[in-house]
Amino acid sequence: MFRYTIRRLLFAIPTLLVISFIIFALLDLAPGDPTSQLPINIPAEVRQKIREALGLGEPFYVRYGLWMQQFFVNEPLNILEQWFGVTIGDSENRLRVLSWSTRSPVVDLIVERMPQTLWVVGMAYVVGIAIALPVGVISAYRQYSIFDQAGTFITMIGFSIPPFFSGVLVIVIFSVNLGWFPSIYDTTHVVTDWDSFLKQINQMILPVMVLALQITAQLTRFMRASMLDNLNQDYVRTARAKGMSEQAVVLLHVLRNSMIPVITVIALAVPSIFGGAIITEQIFKVNGIGALLIGGIEAGDLPLVQTLTFIFAVLIVLFNLVADILYGILDPRIRYD
Amino acid sequence: MKLSRKYLLAAAAGALLASPALAAERGADGQVNILYWQAPSTQNPYLSGGTKDIESSSLVLEPLANYDPAGEMLPTLAVEIPTLDNGGVSEDLTSITWKLKQGVVWSDGTPFTAADVVFSAEYCLHPEGGCNATPKFADVTSVEAIDDHTVKITFGVAKPFPYGPFVGNDSPIIQKAQFESCIGAKAPECTTENFGPIGTGPFMVKDFKANDTIQYVMNETYREEGKPHFSSVLFKGGGDAAAAARSVLETGEFDYAWNLQVEPEILSQMESAGKGKVIAAFGPSVERLMINKTNPDPALGDERGTVKHPHPFLTDAKVVRALSLAIEREILVEAGYGAAGKVTCNVLPAPNAYASTNNDWCKTQDVEQAKALLDEAGWNDTDGDGVREKDGVKLSVIYQTSTNSVRQGTQALIKQMWAEIGVETELKNISASVFFGGDQSSPDTFQKFFADIEMYTNNFNGTDPEAYMGSWTCKQIPSPENQWVANNMPRYCNAEYDALVAKYAITAEPAERQAIAKKLNDMLMEDGAIVPLIHRGRVAAHSNALGGVDMTAWDSEIHNIENWYRVK
Amino acid sequence: MTEQVTARAVAGGEAAEMGAHRSLWRDVWLQYRTHTGAVVGTFVFLFIVLGVIIGPFFHTTDPTYIDYRAKNTLHMFSCFYFSVPEAVENAGAWTTWSCFTDPAGFAELTAKRVKVSWTHPLGTDNYGRDTLAQLMAGGRVSLAVGVTAMALSIVLGALIGVLSGFFRWLDGPLMRLTDLFLALPILPLLLVMIMLFRETLRAAFGPEEGIFILVVSAIGITSWMQTARIVRGDVLSIKEREFVLAARSIGTRQHRIIGRHIFPNVLSPVMVSATLGLASAIITESALSFLGLGFPSDFPTWGRLLIDGRDFMDITPSRVIWPGLAISLTVLSVNYMGDGLRDALDPRIRGR
Repeated sequence: MFRYTIRRLLFAIPTLLVISFIIFALLDLAPGDPTSQLPINIPAEVRQKIREALGLGEPFYVRYGLWMQQFFVNEPLNILEQWFGVTIGDSENRLRVLSWSTRSPVVDLIVERMPQTLWVVGMAYVVGIAIALPVGVISAYRQYSIFDQAGTFITMIGFSIPPFFSGVLVIVIFSVNLGWFPSIYDTTHVVTDWDSFLKQINQMILPVMVLALQITAQLTRFMRASMLDNLNQDYVRTARAKGMSEQAVVLLHVLRNSMIPVITVIALAVPSIFGGAIITEQIFKVNGIGALLIGGIEAGDLPLVQTLTFIFAVLIVLFNLVADILYGILDPRIRYD
Repeated sequence: MKLSRKYLLAAAAGALLASPALAAERGADGQVNILYWQAPSTQNPYLSGGTKDIESSSLVLEPLANYDPAGEMLPTLAVEIPTLDNGGVSEDLTSITWKLKQGVVWSDGTPFTAADVVFSAEYCLHPEGGCNATPKFADVTSVEAIDDHTVKITFGVAKPFPYGPFVGNDSPIIQKAQFESCIGAKAPECTTENFGPIGTGPFMVKDFKANDTIQYVMNETYREEGKPHFSSVLFKGGGDAAAAARSVLETGEFDYAWNLQVEPEILSQMESAGKGKVIAAFGPSVERLMINKTNPDPALGDERGTVKHPHPFLTDAKVVRALSLAIEREILVEAGYGAAGKVTCNVLPAPNAYASTNNDWCKTQDVEQAKALLDEAGWNDTDGDGVREKDGVKLSVIYQTSTNSVRQGTQALIKQMWAEIGVETELKNISASVFFGGDQSSPDTFQKFFADIEMYTNNFNGTDPEAYMGSWTCKQIPSPENQWVANNMPRYCNAEYDALVAKYAITAEPAERQAIAKKLNDMLMEDGAIVPLIHRGRVAAHSNALGGVDMTAWDSEIHNIENWYRVK
Repeated sequence: MTEQVTARAVAGGEAAEMGAHRSLWRDVWLQYRTHTGAVVGTFVFLFIVLGVIIGPFFHTTDPTYIDYRAKNTLHMFSCFYFSVPEAVENAGAWTTWSCFTDPAGFAELTAKRVKVSWTHPLGTDNYGRDTLAQLMAGGRVSLAVGVTAMALSIVLGALIGVLSGFFRWLDGPLMRLTDLFLALPILPLLLVMIMLFRETLRAAFGPEEGIFILVVSAIGITSWMQTARIVRGDVLSIKEREFVLAARSIGTRQHRIIGRHIFPNVLSPVMVSATLGLASAIITESALSFLGLGFPSDFPTWGRLLIDGRDFMDITPSRVIWPGLAISLTVLSVNYMGDGLRDALDPRIRGR
């Protein structure tokens, strides 16, 4: 397993390089333009000047090379400098990856937005997983009970109502009519004591609720289906026959064997925590990574979108590897070597 | 001394509403919350991404003069508006001399001088800087400091309207000491400076989170005693227009929301909650149909949409007139714009002195006359499918616009109105970032205009339409030769029009200039190059607890934030 | 040699025996019929499908026709929950019944507060387009897009998942491909697809069919990855189980092992993916139209109706209730049908 991990990690490097190239080519090919959000009365010639000032006049491979240098050399050097407080080489003139729309380093933008993304999207996943696993297990164990039927009904309704609608619905109910929670997330709020923590919870409830509904729905269905598959297997009968407690049978044997699809879904979900939630973030004005990405796409901000997408790709490759390793731990029969 | 009108208005409003006494302490009213659903991405308007950046930075940076709601200039950092009469503008119209206010200091305490003004011009005119306000500096040959408080701007040609540079918040004064090392190619790298410029305005940037939230605190050194009334501003971005309206009108979380292009019944429903008011201000923005005079047929390959192939039927002014007559503009306004729109028949509807009345025939729908015009032009429905044809060509158009729910509603209404006179319409909507972007590889940009008719809004800076009316000359036609980088979308070409535009540039007498602009406007209408639909206003909402709002459509709409106060 | 022959003989014998008594599919059907949820689900789904296909023959209003004077009409159900303002109520006798029999008069009576009409039984939007007609027209598109895109993504996902889980030499390349697709930013990808193919498809198939193909394939090829990863994970585990070893040891060919032993065992996550996929496809389509990347704006779909109606929630609730209900009912009914099918296909349950 160790050798497999090392091999996969080494293989990840060329994979990621290829992915970065394909993403760059795709973004370059996509229509969209950094001047599209300028006031429309700015004449075409001025727009052309601005494009040239952004470096769009250079050929494709030069721009790709530049990005590679900025991302793989300059940014890590900058991080080292900041951590150790030293100066390496000519740091004054070393260009970092600069966003076109804000003219500021992309990495700083991402760091600035991590807190709200982790608070809201991360918390939604935690809540979603914490609800989905037990509900899925109980629903399968008591298949067609009232609990199962109600769970199925609620989760499927939850999944079929898109967040662009449920978000507005909860705002109309809880912010406008009841006035319990704010409809706008305050990103400048800092948690310092108990009261500010309560305020943070208060402003997180609506977006977390909308997001967690989707996550719960999906995970519950996979958990339930997988448990059902395993509950009828022969080894379950054997375990029961040799007098194991029902709890041990379900939680030790069945659950462990049912985790593979669930692990896959969760492993795919971790990178998307980083990716943020585009629609929900927009509705509650959380302005996390998701909003950064969609804003970048709309503004034709190529360096920003490229960098974000690439970091996303690294996380995907990494967490899919983690999932593969977890498969081997959950089911020792799975061998990769 | 002439008191600024802005000041007088605020004083009058203050007295009327028994608002804060003028002697009240600076910053007594606490925090004001402003919501722009498009979040500002920088505080340097010269490198801005759009209106949101210009308007948010207007809290900090100030120009020499601003426009008031009526479109008239008010001195801001200047003592007065230079004119021919007061000798500020030279007789030959090639230079303008601004006198700066004495005793103004930057928020870091250093004095504001003519050197800063000269530097701001250098900054924007640097060829590698990518400054987007260069049109405002058109024909400027030099900007020099006569003394510490006098600046002379010289133009290469006679400028009948010399109020381009430093008038309006899109070309403010930046501090020389701060930006000195950020000129030219270095401009985008100065993140700290671009996010936190030092200004002379009522507020200072305390914390800037790009595309998210800006926190401002009052500028203790601001030149007006007792102002601003608010001690801090929270400037939030994100979401959409309807949500922004809701947060002011229904939940009351915010005090002011910008650009609320939302269906009118939604706004009035929200307004009925009684927490705030919807306000509108009209500038020169017109939602219009551009009529393609060239043939966009894909079969023509690379010559598609070029002047080599005239459009099969839209070149006929009668057909375009029929299309215009068939539209009931009142309904378009009522359904999509409400208080934020007025019926218009001019592509140049404002300022008032420039508005023509010769095209008012289009204000009322006349289906019968439209049909008669088409009959007359030889278009008849011979095969009985409800669509007119002539010589085997069907009267069928592709009608494109950007993606936006109000625009799609307008499209649907117009499609049905045209169906009534026997014109078939295929609708197409394109994501705004593609449509208004200039990407060479995309066929869907508004410059390439690979459709028969397209709809969008345009306007012009300031109050002088010379550059705007010059957009529709023959040499401004986009084509593969100029990489589609040009401004004459309808590909309208008329020697008479071009000659009149040339004459416009050398005419100084205001009344004559207005007459020429009207004539140019009328020519575009008569030749069927543009079909104006709606004179659009800016819409905003403010809570009932916020006083002193004086919205303008000619400049930053929050230009007078120093006069805003809390209604108690 | 002999082993193979016997194995085949045994297998053949089994099949013959089953065929003689009762067929597999008849068994499945019998089991399916006993699953209440599945039966109800089937009826609801059929009702929706028939409704959107046959409905327009009874309610003939053109979904794109703008009846401007009738804009923001409420649905007839509002007769139940609206009351006449006090002043008017005293003036004359009024009952819920009169709202149904004389909607126009009722609208007058309530000073246009309850604007209802039998011409538009489910109300209209803010331009006066008929909600019922739009719901039926939108349903045809949404169902077609949802089912086709879901099928495309499930087939792709299951195929890639099974192949990479089963064949070790395919695992690396296919999973790296999956990583790539997971990492690709969807929006720019769609913009590129639309830029490259819209004109071509429009020329070849016409404006509506062309965009249909584009939307379906866009959703299909950007949503198979999760299914592929899930199926692969399960296959990795299943292919090491005893019954697969047994099949291998008696020399069963690989495609038979996949078809008879592996695939039936990953059917349940595939079924879940399919149900969830249908809902996401319908919703993704609406998100695409919302961004200007999908169908033209005068082309209603359920998701689009929901998006357009959301800000009118307070004014004309019918605009969100009906499309929302339609999407939820479709997804629920497909989910129950999937549950029933899964149970019916599981031989361990079927016997009981």
